[in-house]
Amino acid sequence: MELTGAEIVAECLLREKVDLVFGLPGGVVIPLYDVLRRTPKIRHILVRHEQGAAHMADGYARATGKPGVCIVSSGPGATNTVTGIATAYMDSIPMVIFTGQVPVHLIGNDAFQEADIVGITRPITKHNYLVKEAGEIADAIAEAFYIATTGRPGPVLIDLPKDVQVMKAKFEYPERPHVRGYRPTYEGHPGQIKKAVEMIVASKRPVIYVGGGAILSGAADEVRDLAYRARAPVTTTLMGLGAFPETDSLSLKMLGMHGTWYANTAVMQCDLLIAIGARFDDRVTGKLSDFSLQSKKIHIVIDPADIGKNVQVDLPIVGDVKRVLQQLNPLITKPLGTDEWLQQIEVWKREHPLTYESTASCHEEGLDGGSDGTAPPSHIPLRAQYVIQKIGEMTHGDAIVVTDVGQHQMWAAQWYGFTKPRSMITSGGLGTMGFGLPAAIGVAFAVKDRPIVVISGDGSIQMNIQEMATAVGCRLPIKIALLNNGYLGMVRQWQDLFYGKRFSEVDLRESNPDFVKLAEAFGAVGLRVFKDEDVEEAFAEAMKVTDRPVLIDFVIGEEDNVFPMIPAGAAAHEMRES
Amino acid sequence: MRRHTISLIVENKFGVLARIAGLFSGRGFNIDSISVGESVEPGTARMTIVTQGDEIIIEQIMKQLNRLINIIRVVDLTDDSFINRELALIKVNASAGTRPEIVQIAEIFRAKIVDISQKTLTIEATGNEDKIDAVIGMLRPFGLKEIARTGRVALSREYRGKDQPRQPAPAAPVWERERLNIAADPA
Repeated sequence: MELTGAEIVAECLLREKVDLVFGLPGGVVIPLYDVLRRTPKIRHILVRHEQGAAHMADGYARATGKPGVCIVSSGPGATNTVTGIATAYMDSIPMVIFTGQVPVHLIGNDAFQEADIVGITRPITKHNYLVKEAGEIADAIAEAFYIATTGRPGPVLIDLPKDVQVMKAKFEYPERPHVRGYRPTYEGHPGQIKKAVEMIVASKRPVIYVGGGAILSGAADEVRDLAYRARAPVTTTLMGLGAFPETDSLSLKMLGMHGTWYANTAVMQCDLLIAIGARFDDRVTGKLSDFSLQSKKIHIVIDPADIGKNVQVDLPIVGDVKRVLQQLNPLITKPLGTDEWLQQIEVWKREHPLTYESTASCHEEGLDGGSDGTAPPSHIPLRAQYVIQKIGEMTHGDAIVVTDVGQHQMWAAQWYGFTKPRSMITSGGLGTMGFGLPAAIGVAFAVKDRPIVVISGDGSIQMNIQEMATAVGCRLPIKIALLNNGYLGMVRQWQDLFYGKRFSEVDLRESNPDFVKLAEAFGAVGLRVFKDEDVEEAFAEAMKVTDRPVLIDFVIGEEDNVFPMIPAGAAAHEMRES
Repeated sequence: MRRHTISLIVENKFGVLARIAGLFSGRGFNIDSISVGESVEPGTARMTIVTQGDEIIIEQIMKQLNRLINIIRVVDLTDDSFINRELALIKVNASAGTRPEIVQIAEIFRAKIVDISQKTLTIEATGNEDKIDAVIGMLRPFGLKEIARTGRVALSREYRGKDQPRQPAPAAPVWERERLNIAADPA
């Protein structure tokens, strides 16, 4: 069967069971779009900026575990996806990105809208392809999906010159792509697993430290099983939130720079640290030379390059964490003597809970407006933590929370109360402001039965606000909780704490738009909340809207900081609680 | 910090060299030399990279190379017995008076004279780096015009004579144990 290159692409997507792609056409991908137009089984979502397309594909992948797909044009269309690709790469998210390219004979000629996107994305993709013949398209796509979704997942890019899309070739789809230099390890080595069991059984003060790998591998049940068998407390990274229910008494919640006091202290004092699908990122470890010095360390991870990269471990186990835990868990049969340790942790939880000064306590202290009349009583700021807690309560912890990056992201991680995997969609590794709204759009196409709540800030939301048009156009009932403090809050916090309050270029107050009007201009619903007591009503109203996005502008305190905090490069014992 | 000789078999595809060079520069690893040429199997190439770093860095280099999809095999030859050679073309000033002496030096090093002019001689020397350095050192006083060196190529040694039977395979380095999923200490 002879098909054009563009037809081959569409056929391959169907074989890969892709029914949804995000994209924006341009000159050199018109042949592909011409085919998409008559391929009704593949729905195409038209975005407003290619970065949005990449984040949408990413969000879709994070929510479903299936690869996200986007299609963009050459040159600027392709370069606009770069931040989105890097975001997915850092968090190991499976994605396939199709970029158009100028015709083969023009490559290298500085042609109109030409960019060497394969060169540009080489360090931020798991692999990439420039396809120069229509006959090579099917193999490239089959390999791309295989590579993107297996082993440690990641984005794969395919660059398709315009003439290749038009060229005809015989179509044959390889059933099992063969990639010689790529052999991920899935099973854990039995000898290593046996040793891990011995270490776990011998431990008196174990801590399980779970990262995003546990979510990617679908290992939440296995993590819980291990925690119960070993009677070991569990802390998760930002990427691991939801891999273990925070409502469980064994949960230490999040660790790291803005983790709980008790999680960081437990990691500091444990005698065994079991790292599962995690990579000892600097935001988790703080100062490496002081990190968890008393512990032996077991590291279960699929990518051997993560072993020994930051922290030397005593026992590495390379493999898919779900399979490794399935091998390991049944071998832990003896009850473990961790009672004393768990009691100690209970004491820490009581003495150093995650906390914030509520608006109500400000009232009691008489801080509601100075006697000099400079601030009206209504000026008592709304607390971001309270807003997030309320949203957690009102959605019964069942929402998919999608965040941007900054203070609001950390508050969301601390206060929402995650109980299910794939419920916290956030840019952890790259820390991409502007990720939230488009990622939530990707999620909204995959998840229809759970509320989708974007928690964003006034800085971040403006970085991809154009995708509001996409959300309105597709009638997506996304709730956007905008925690608006009029600042680039996290940078402001660092300048406040570490740069002697010398605030430099962080003030957005004068130039921020009226977010309610902005939402309305897009055709979404806009609400504004100033006071604690109005949070519930506003969110309930937002939940009633089912045919368009709702943005709630929560006007929060301008000077609130995120605590606890371990300053960058410091050790856990240097944690500041306020 | 030690010098390591890493041998790679790679798929001979568009952009492989760029992927490897990019990996080294992006992660801050050093490359002392790199050489590439076709390998036995069609469609594959052998690369020899000479790099340096402590054990942890070398382990990372090996692991990161292994992550690249187009790389089929990575071996660190350093701790095994291996043969390595480099080729250099050395263009040196030579007058009628100095020519015999230069020819003699070349002979001592079993190097060849491959080009001659009124004012120069070009010498082809092959050997390990020490030898090449020695040839260049001996020729320097005559005035070096130009030098081109290939960088090291290397293969592991097979036959080691009756007195030195091939040693049992050295314990796999840490990165390989993990990748191949071999227990650190087969208990």
